[in-house]
Amino acid sequence: MTTDLQRNWYPIASSTDLPKRHVYQAQLLGREFAVWRADDGYVNVWENRCLHRGVRLSIGINDGRELKCQYHGWRYANRTAGCTYIPAHPADAPARTICNNTYPAQEAYGLVWAGEEATGDVPALDGFDDLTALRPIPLIAPMNMVAEALLEYKWDESCKGARNDEGSVTVTASDGTAVRVFVQPLDSNHSVMRGIYNRAVSEDDRVALLKRHSWLMQELRDRIEAQAATQDAPEPYHPVIAKVSEDLVDIPAISEDGRTADLRVTVTRKEMTAESIVSLRMEPIKGTLPTFQPGAHIDVHLQNGLVRQYSLTNGPGETDHFTIGVKREPDSRGGSVSIHDNLQQGDNLAISAPRNNFPLRRDSVHTIFVAGGIGVTPLIAMARALNAQGLSFEFHYFVQSDDHVAFKREIGEFEGALSIHTGLSPDATGAKLAEILSSPDNSRHVYICGPGPMLEATREIASEKGWSDDAVHFEYFKNTTELDDSSSFDIDLARSAMTLNVPAGKSILDVLRENGINMSSSCEQGACGTCRCGVIEGEVAHQDVYLSDTEKAEGKSIMTCVSRANSDRLILDI
Amino acid sequence: MSCHDRILLDDWHVVADMEQLRQSRVLSATLFEAALTVSLGEDDNVSVKRDRDGQDLTCQLKYGFVWVCPGTPTRDILHIPEAFEEDRYVVSGGSFPVRTSGLRVVENFLDMGHFPFVHTGWLGEEPFTEVQPYEVELTDDDEIIATECYFHQPIASPTAEGGIEVEYTYRVYRPYIVSLYKTNPHFDDRKDYIVLFIQPVGPERCVVHNMLCYLKEGMNMPDLRWFMQLIFAQDKPILENQIPRRLPLDPRAETPIRADKVAILYRRWLREHQVNYGAIPAV
Repeated sequence: MTTDLQRNWYPIASSTDLPKRHVYQAQLLGREFAVWRADDGYVNVWENRCLHRGVRLSIGINDGRELKCQYHGWRYANRTAGCTYIPAHPADAPARTICNNTYPAQEAYGLVWAGEEATGDVPALDGFDDLTALRPIPLIAPMNMVAEALLEYKWDESCKGARNDEGSVTVTASDGTAVRVFVQPLDSNHSVMRGIYNRAVSEDDRVALLKRHSWLMQELRDRIEAQAATQDAPEPYHPVIAKVSEDLVDIPAISEDGRTADLRVTVTRKEMTAESIVSLRMEPIKGTLPTFQPGAHIDVHLQNGLVRQYSLTNGPGETDHFTIGVKREPDSRGGSVSIHDNLQQGDNLAISAPRNNFPLRRDSVHTIFVAGGIGVTPLIAMARALNAQGLSFEFHYFVQSDDHVAFKREIGEFEGALSIHTGLSPDATGAKLAEILSSPDNSRHVYICGPGPMLEATREIASEKGWSDDAVHFEYFKNTTELDDSSSFDIDLARSAMTLNVPAGKSILDVLRENGINMSSSCEQGACGTCRCGVIEGEVAHQDVYLSDTEKAEGKSIMTCVSRANSDRLILDI
Repeated sequence: MSCHDRILLDDWHVVADMEQLRQSRVLSATLFEAALTVSLGEDDNVSVKRDRDGQDLTCQLKYGFVWVCPGTPTRDILHIPEAFEEDRYVVSGGSFPVRTSGLRVVENFLDMGHFPFVHTGWLGEEPFTEVQPYEVELTDDDEIIATECYFHQPIASPTAEGGIEVEYTYRVYRPYIVSLYKTNPHFDDRKDYIVLFIQPVGPERCVVHNMLCYLKEGMNMPDLRWFMQLIFAQDKPILENQIPRRLPLDPRAETPIRADKVAILYRRWLREHQVNYGAIPAV
């Protein structure tokens, strides 16, 4: 049952408790909060507990964009509180449901306000044209006893106290000066008096004012505490800590969202970032956007019915918007052209939540990024994450000409790590790649994204130079393989105990969906990796460009949107 | 809240270090919230009395510690062969009081993922953070064993020179007793050994006693004790900031990952043995 205690806003900290990169421990109604301000100014009020092993996040590290737990280095994003990285498993993208509990928060009158289930606005300060936040005074007494006693608060004989609707007390003197005191219930028998004075005061006067009220309120505290000590202390609150999501109990989490467009966003900025490349900034119409990880992409559902995938370029902690880059592809089926020609700033779009099938390892000694043209977008997000953590990387960006260099501001952050290679012929590109990849090393990783031929060339050169398949990560924009769907075969679903026939002309994904099995998908052409599924038995006819050659040879996974069986039967781990 | 778990009451628990007792002759200790007085008599006999009712508790000396059984012992103190090998130092690294459940301490001891973040520069360092898959099993003797646990460590022991890939074996003998075997930088075929004997003072308080059995070659005792104290001093503030203090056995209370395989089995094993003291039982 929700009570007023849960619905009300209470001050839980002074704004000055949140200096740059600090994490403040607050408490309300027995529940602890970790309170921190990101570099973009946003104030986060979270449950003071890492979801993994319960360690207080208030002893964590605020890096300005994310909060990092001291115990295992899990990183949680500004605003969304979603986990963006689990260092123990660098190759994995954390499940989207690993998200900390957040609480409504506002900053006003020099105070930070929160409430378990508060909505609307914090109390208005009627008649306060200006204000100065007084020093908070903690005391051992129940909130209501404190509010009652505050009616008698006085700094001169003319002072009169009155109770406001929401429980605070305003004390006014005959000269018009007034103090409004809000009582923060730390727990059933612990409170903090947080006063606001109705004048702005100069620096010297301010110290005198703060001292005076601090002194008077401490006197009041002694009286209230003496009174409280004569009564039995009320039973402390027992805040319920929400359980983690059911799907996190068993370790492997299979997401079960189809190709859905759950989010509605407004295009708040559309601008050309390079020759024939437009950047779109999208903000949520209401609420907040879900957590993304570097390398993630979203599905954009266009006004003409087409669905296209674009990688996010956001840096860590940039959680109030998504930014994508779209290259005009005149030969394509019209997705990019429609964005370039028809989409307007202010238009609304439906998009999917971000998915990350191109996760970034952060445990390598050095990371090499190789971007070709518009393939730069996921790599920008990745390099920005490494840059923010101070990890070593180099960023190679192959473009036709200077005019084709997109997201100059973002890549400018990379400073000395950035090399732009302009106007190279295919041969010269190959020679440059051979130079970049000349020294393979187990402790380094390579990430490549770009047009098909360049990607193939890079993978080939890496392999010739002796890089292992595990160290070379790539993402294709699209699958140019000519797909063959003429075969017919059976699939056994090991976990669902079903056998289904996949006829010619239909994909495994189609058949699964027709039978009510909800499988995630995104590009549906074997490029993005979303519909990946485990194979227990049977020989796979791979037709995707997502899996590496080693993974294809192992035959333990299949992209259900395009790949098929070479045997009569496949046993799938669904 | 007192202890009702038969499996714990009928078992042996360390309540004092003999070194300390020799110095002070009388020590106060607490076990399952009961205050005890541990005395060393004229004849060097040790006795343990419960303050509440003056009752003498069954006690034994082993491995340089005083052990007590508050109930009726159903098994003996565990046998540790490494403690009897002559080329090892067998020494306590110190008894550390910690304001949390002893079960949380066991779980922290079984955890490799925290090395780069809590023991930075010693047992781990960024960016080498990956916990490789390892094997876990429940043995016929009802112990939990984790094997093939590898981790990159900058300074794995006081005698290590430079970073090495360290192999660990972890072993949970009893709810409050856990050990590890760890690569010795100078021997391929022998391992150093650490065991924790955790004294459950209360459900949210414990004293962590330990015995180090380290190969003497290239090692000296002060360095060994210093190293253990350094490492434990790094763990203590983390342990005391875990909420709740008692170990939650409900699978949905916290979020395990693959690296926590051994902890997942430990929590299940505690559930199956109905160990509730120091835990929040699953409902």
